[in-house]
Amino acid sequence: MKAITIDGISKKYGKTQALDQINLEVEEGALFGLIGPDGAGKTTLFRILTTLLLADTGQASVTGLDVVKDYKEIRKTIGYMPGRFSLYQDLTVEENLNFFATIFGTTIEENYDLVRDIYVQIEPFKNRRAGKLSGGMKQKLALSCALIHKPTVLFLDEPTTGVDVVSRQEFWEMLRKLKEKGITILVSTPYMDEASLCDRIALIQKGQLLSIDSPTNIIQQFSKPLYAVKTNLLHQLLGDLRTFPLTDTVFPFGEYLHLTTKQQLEEDQLTIFLQNKGHQKIQLHPTKATIEDCFMELMTN
Amino acid sequence: MQTLITTHNLTKRFGDFTAVDAISFEVGKGEIFGFLGANGAGKTTAMRMLTGLSHPTSGEASVAGFDVYRQPEMIKRHIGYMSQKFSLYEDLTILENLRFFGGVYGLSRRQIKEKSAALVEQLGLEEVAKKLTGSLPLGWKQKLAFSLALFHDPQIVFLDEPTGGVDPITRRQFWEMIYAAADRGVTVFVTTHYMDEAEYCDRISIMVDGKIAALDSPAGIKTKLGVQSMNDAFYQLARGAQRSE
Amino acid sequence: MKPFLAFVKKEIYHILRDRRTLLILFGMPIIQVLIFGYAVTNEFRGASIAVLDQAQDELSTDLQRHLVASGHFAIIEQVDNVSDIESAFQKGKIKMAVVIPPDFSQDFYHRKKAVVQVLSDGSDPNTASTLLNYVTNMVNQFQVRKSQAPPLPLQINIESRLVYNPELKSVYMFVPGVTALILMLVSAMMTALTLAKEKELGTMELLLVSPLHPFLIIVGKVTPYVFLALINAIFILALGVFVFGVPIKGSLLLLLGLCLLFILTALALGILISTKTDTQQAAMLTSLMMLMMPTMLLSGFIFPVESMPRLLQWISTIIPAKYFIILLKDVMLKGSGIELILWEVMVLGIMTLFFLVVSLKNFKIRLA
Repeated sequence: MKAITIDGISKKYGKTQALDQINLEVEEGALFGLIGPDGAGKTTLFRILTTLLLADTGQASVTGLDVVKDYKEIRKTIGYMPGRFSLYQDLTVEENLNFFATIFGTTIEENYDLVRDIYVQIEPFKNRRAGKLSGGMKQKLALSCALIHKPTVLFLDEPTTGVDVVSRQEFWEMLRKLKEKGITILVSTPYMDEASLCDRIALIQKGQLLSIDSPTNIIQQFSKPLYAVKTNLLHQLLGDLRTFPLTDTVFPFGEYLHLTTKQQLEEDQLTIFLQNKGHQKIQLHPTKATIEDCFMELMTN
Repeated sequence: MQTLITTHNLTKRFGDFTAVDAISFEVGKGEIFGFLGANGAGKTTAMRMLTGLSHPTSGEASVAGFDVYRQPEMIKRHIGYMSQKFSLYEDLTILENLRFFGGVYGLSRRQIKEKSAALVEQLGLEEVAKKLTGSLPLGWKQKLAFSLALFHDPQIVFLDEPTGGVDPITRRQFWEMIYAAADRGVTVFVTTHYMDEAEYCDRISIMVDGKIAALDSPAGIKTKLGVQSMNDAFYQLARGAQRSE
Repeated sequence: MKPFLAFVKKEIYHILRDRRTLLILFGMPIIQVLIFGYAVTNEFRGASIAVLDQAQDELSTDLQRHLVASGHFAIIEQVDNVSDIESAFQKGKIKMAVVIPPDFSQDFYHRKKAVVQVLSDGSDPNTASTLLNYVTNMVNQFQVRKSQAPPLPLQINIESRLVYNPELKSVYMFVPGVTALILMLVSAMMTALTLAKEKELGTMELLLVSPLHPFLIIVGKVTPYVFLALINAIFILALGVFVFGVPIKGSLLLLLGLCLLFILTALALGILISTKTDTQQAAMLTSLMMLMMPTMLLSGFIFPVESMPRLLQWISTIIPAKYFIILLKDVMLKGSGIELILWEVMVLGIMTLFFLVVSLKNFKIRLA
């Protein structure tokens, strides 16, 4: 049985097509990433799967339960961490966790094993009001609250947005451990570099899935020749490369520019082209695509 | 090179908590300066002091030639500011937003009209200029907000996580706008959580626990720490942070 | 049961930890009672009047003495002619003038029909009508005392108007009104606000995704407010009794039962508003417009229903507070038992049931 099945789900808000014919399957025990910018439809899809919204058309099920018909059963078995911090700011860390344990009919003690690794990090502050926690700690508390009833599927909507690199890295470490415990995790993120940490990913943009596969497969499917280019005149390089006849796209990419071309490049040809434009210290080499390159390629298709 | 931001031992305390601990740096004209740090490292507090919104506890700082203690109002007039959270009134049309912010900065009616027309054309917004700003896609809003921050021709523009949540292509188009502004001589002071964007800056500083832990060009920082990527550099510096927000 | 208790506990934490809520819950009743009890009273003591006594005999002097003895009036001027009265009004020295005609005693004793002219300042109609009420009342008392055979219709008329509040104390009138207002505020507005707050913070999402039945979410959230509102009601009644000397002639238990019924009405309205609003601001404005204003203005609390235009009278029949105020007055001032107030209790009960069903129907098990 699949943990999540989505079959032809569409949703419209007024004139905006938030989701357009989404089809997706998530294997049991997988760490699945839904990757796309704000407004792509990630939250809408999460809300449909967590039984908070009704789709206009299509069907979806979570652990074999229909999201419309069996919403009561689903609510007992899933864990959900919404996009913005949604705990009671005026309750303490412990009171929050206790509350969520109780409304799911369990206790902290009963499922402590599952949350221990995460909760010990915030336990020293258990008498602090949630509103006074740092971003990273809030995130850990929210995850603990989503886990406290031992869900079989965990929905995490942009848990790492606005969080610094260190906290993000720690968070993904926690997810990896949860996955080892057999929990299926669906996580959404706008950060493309987090894609490689998932077993499988779906790239989403404007309500449509651009691609669904493992990160490595998606990268392998990148079809165009890709080069990293760098010179002493980085700002100018962008414009100059766009006038190069074989250029398809040019994008800044970290310290390099990523250049895709319409056909394989004679590297010397480009070097001479750039030298004529006054560039020095030219570095040019073929490079491996990242998920972000793939995303941009799929966006422009 | 002309320096537009100078700080020397700039400090801000809240009670016995030192949010910003004696930071010193200079930013030159036309420079793109990346201001990075972990959550709670003191970035926001430092930025508030530099934009004239908060009074430092001690130390010195001047922005666009004005002293942060004595001339915060002059600073506000000579800088542009854009944040991810608030930038435009969603229930006003694009033109109304332009008119309003132009008016706030004391531009004349004629200036506003000319500049609005130029801006709308430059961003290719002719068709939607009279539509409510709220109906624009996020990426366009951010580009518009950035243009608006530059509307009154400030010498410095402060950008607080301008590209959060924006799609990868629009994010890059946004940076091209930053490049263009810098090439015109505007100083850009920018915070971001995207480490690849740190690479687009001329120089970056990384704050940890209220102090500046590193300040150099992206390449310089990587070399000094002996790491391959900005991500690793940041991780190495911020990992040991004692506090977070 | 356990999730429910956890919910109530959480709600109590919210209330206790928010200074603004606490202030509204406990400061508001005191302030309201004191404001209405002392400041906005329409009871008069020592109102300045002028007398033009054209009779100047024993009876007319006696009447003047009678007016002053009540304590409601102070004769600050004896005038000689009508034009002096006018100038006294214009200078704002007096609120009312009494003109006793030359043949006052003769008319009273022999023709059984004496006329006393009372002039009051119509530019302040509320004061004017209250003073007129007072003076009519007192002149009639005077008549009863002086004459063996008082004119019957008049006597009956006055009796019916004043018997439950012989001193015309407005404090008796405002205690039921303030109780209605405060219970509306605490039960309806605070519940609407607290439910809207969960939506605003996004915690409603988490509650909905939990196995909690939506019904339990609501009941859990409002239970603490039932108690708070009841405490408030007791508090206001106690202030009325001990500070302002308002009597409670009927059964105290019945009175509290009625308060509880009205609290439930208000809660149902509060829940209904929260199902229609997504932000605290919207919930606040809606409560003010739809609940507080009608309770203040159309329930008979400040303006008597009988003197409203027909349209407003109709509207007032669907204002729950109207029935609650009638019930409180009946039980407190008249000492009515349940058998005499069944009709109003039934109306209020049916309203409560209706609002409760509608609001539970409207409560969404999903976000949109």
